[in-house]
Amino acid sequence: MKTVMKSVVLLLGVASAFMFYGCKPKGPQSAIVGDAASKVYVAPGKYDEFYNIVSGGFNGQMGIYGIPSGRLFKILPVFSVFPESGYGYSEETKPMLNTSHGFVPWDDLHHIALSVTKGEHDGRWAFGNANNTPRVARINLKTFKTEEILELPNSGGNHSSPFITENSEYIVAGTRFSVPVGDKRDVPISTYKENFKGTISFIKIDPITGRMNIGFQLKTPGVNFDLSRAGKGPSHGWFFFSCYNTEQAYTLLEVNATQKDKDFIMAVNWKKAEEYIAQGKGEKVKAKYAHNLLDESTHMATSEMMTEVLQLDPTILKDIIYFIPCPKSPHGCDTDPTGEFIVASGKLAAIIPVFSFTKIQAAIAAKDFEGEFAGIPVIKYESALHGEVKKPGLGPLHTEFDEKGNAYTSFFVSSEIVKWNVKSLEVLDRVPTYYSIGHLCVPGGPTSKPHGKYVIAYNKITKDRYLPTGPELTQSAQLYDISGDKMQLLLDFPTTGEPHYAEAIPASLIAPNSTKIFKIEENNHPYVAKGEKEAKVVRKGNEVHVYMTAIRSHLVPDNIEGIKLGDVVYFHVTNLEQDWDVPHGFAVKGAANAEILIMPGETQTLKWIPDEVGVSPFYCTDFCSALHQEMQGYARVSPAGSNVPIKFGTGVVEETGSK
Amino acid sequence: MKYLLTITFATLLFSCAPDKPKNKEEFPEQPSTSAVEDVISNPTKGLGAVKTVTLKTPLELDRVGRGLAIYEMKCSACHKLTDQRVVGPGWKDITKRRQPEWVMNMITNIDMMLEKDPEAQKLLELCLMRMPNQNMSIGDARDVLEFMRQNDGEK
Repeated sequence: MKTVMKSVVLLLGVASAFMFYGCKPKGPQSAIVGDAASKVYVAPGKYDEFYNIVSGGFNGQMGIYGIPSGRLFKILPVFSVFPESGYGYSEETKPMLNTSHGFVPWDDLHHIALSVTKGEHDGRWAFGNANNTPRVARINLKTFKTEEILELPNSGGNHSSPFITENSEYIVAGTRFSVPVGDKRDVPISTYKENFKGTISFIKIDPITGRMNIGFQLKTPGVNFDLSRAGKGPSHGWFFFSCYNTEQAYTLLEVNATQKDKDFIMAVNWKKAEEYIAQGKGEKVKAKYAHNLLDESTHMATSEMMTEVLQLDPTILKDIIYFIPCPKSPHGCDTDPTGEFIVASGKLAAIIPVFSFTKIQAAIAAKDFEGEFAGIPVIKYESALHGEVKKPGLGPLHTEFDEKGNAYTSFFVSSEIVKWNVKSLEVLDRVPTYYSIGHLCVPGGPTSKPHGKYVIAYNKITKDRYLPTGPELTQSAQLYDISGDKMQLLLDFPTTGEPHYAEAIPASLIAPNSTKIFKIEENNHPYVAKGEKEAKVVRKGNEVHVYMTAIRSHLVPDNIEGIKLGDVVYFHVTNLEQDWDVPHGFAVKGAANAEILIMPGETQTLKWIPDEVGVSPFYCTDFCSALHQEMQGYARVSPAGSNVPIKFGTGVVEETGSK
Repeated sequence: MKYLLTITFATLLFSCAPDKPKNKEEFPEQPSTSAVEDVISNPTKGLGAVKTVTLKTPLELDRVGRGLAIYEMKCSACHKLTDQRVVGPGWKDITKRRQPEWVMNMITNIDMMLEKDPEAQKLLELCLMRMPNQNMSIGDARDVLEFMRQNDGEK
């Protein structure tokens, strides 16, 4: 009993100590640290509250993370080949990376846009942009697969993209680099002012299927387009783009494109453009661009080459675009949740101007212009301005918003996030980031209804934050709690590639709809084998098609003979499993290719050109059962011209002599 | 003393619990056990939503046809129609060894069966391979059962 009493007293003591530190986090450093850990701890078997869909930058992929834990769930290949799953290597996925330049195996994915309905996340699709060979992609958030890629003609690099309108009517694609377009493209670079043009594509999204097509392209003066955001609420129907290099420099932009005190925000009235189109205005011009689409029932992508695009010239069709002066080399261009305020961040400016949509409209109505730039009216700066955030920090880049009327701006040069009030423009708080933050993300931050709670910093420099791994370091993200008045650093987490923009969305909008299997009954792949009875090997000239099935833990057929040197072998592997999380993999020795990973109910095809006579093993690459190691087979390759007949099977043991 | 402790911990819980994310949804749906538990008393019928099956004579041939198609697509990779065991046991005489309900529950409620049904567990020990969930409805399972009856010589 004494012992019991002692333990009780001890427990009480410990308990009250916990109470003291737990309940009064202000003060001792240790208490803050303890609090941070509990805020990011997601217990084993529990789920994160948010999905964080993060662009991978130069890896051409998206990373899917959990927030608040920072755990990585998936690397989702979009514009780059991915040998891990066979994306870009399997016959089914190769067309997805087709372009007017042919097969392009890599790109630079900068920004994410999640589909919205009435300005709020609806959890249906994620869009991403390819900055190098201009394209946009659509990802289905049920399957987390890239379903569609659309190339953009007349673009020199797709950076201000794929930002989205309030009901996912359009995503946009503004060229980062202006280039000569049309028939006259072989011109001296020094004729930039005369011959170089920008384009902004408005890509129409089908409200049911999500399918994309270029609704129209606006021809613009030759400048660089950087970032953009759609209007919302009262400003729905408008789009805002940041432009730099209004100097129209074509060399040493670092100096020559930073001469002017002000560049522009370009306001686009896309509803006006739609009116002109309805009147039959605009010009269909010849263009060549690829449109690639995955069919979920055949599990195959197809690529179609498109031949024309509808262009509008805003110098002729008035009232579509206006310029607003903005200091200095603006980067981020973000509309607040109410849709009234447009925050433009001049990378080299010492203030953040905030424009008012109401004032912009009044200025347009009153023709309150200071002049024209390349035939486009320029609204007077003061007439469009709501106000300036004074001395916010150095090098403002991007702004996200919470649900309480606050803005969070990233500052690259001074390595910090600054919180300020959108209406009063008063700076409320600042926290350091480690180091040199680029984009930042508040869950729902770009929507009409932010979820708030956290801000995530995507930092450009990692330096000493993690154990060193040689000269190349992982990129570093940081999670801050923004639920209180003061921002609080909770967590560092490493990310893959080089994240630029990211969005975070409540897990409850995506997880319940997640596809677990593809139904084998609905598989319409032309080379499907729906059951082992349909497994076979068919020769068509020098092509050998293997209709193969995979199920725990054998392949049918697993003995194949009659392949000859000079043949091209296609392994069409159907995974017969119908249970969640039972993919099979397939690889064959010497294939100048990757593996393929086949999800339950799916068919994927690996092409193999045998280059030596002999017997080549193949096997399942994804550990599937206790007998996974037995999931293997042999393909016999005979010399060209040999008369070994096609023969195949599984489980048939022959005791023949050598033939 | 006990009460004091309880109160202390309760206070701890309520006063100090940080605003944790509400994990309202537990996303992968779990089979509800309530319908299952009451069948435990009759182990020969197995565990699951299938409680009574009415078998007709002669065989329902449309079911047999559908059952055969399902067998070829989803079952034949592991089950032969003879008594030969490959990955799983051969199907010959299964309808004589097992209650129809047990067969259908095994097809449609595999995880629960392998966790709790002693007969299913014996098979797992024998085959060392968990029977995969082939995403079959109760109607599918009923069709397969009819095909099994035909395979066992019923008319």
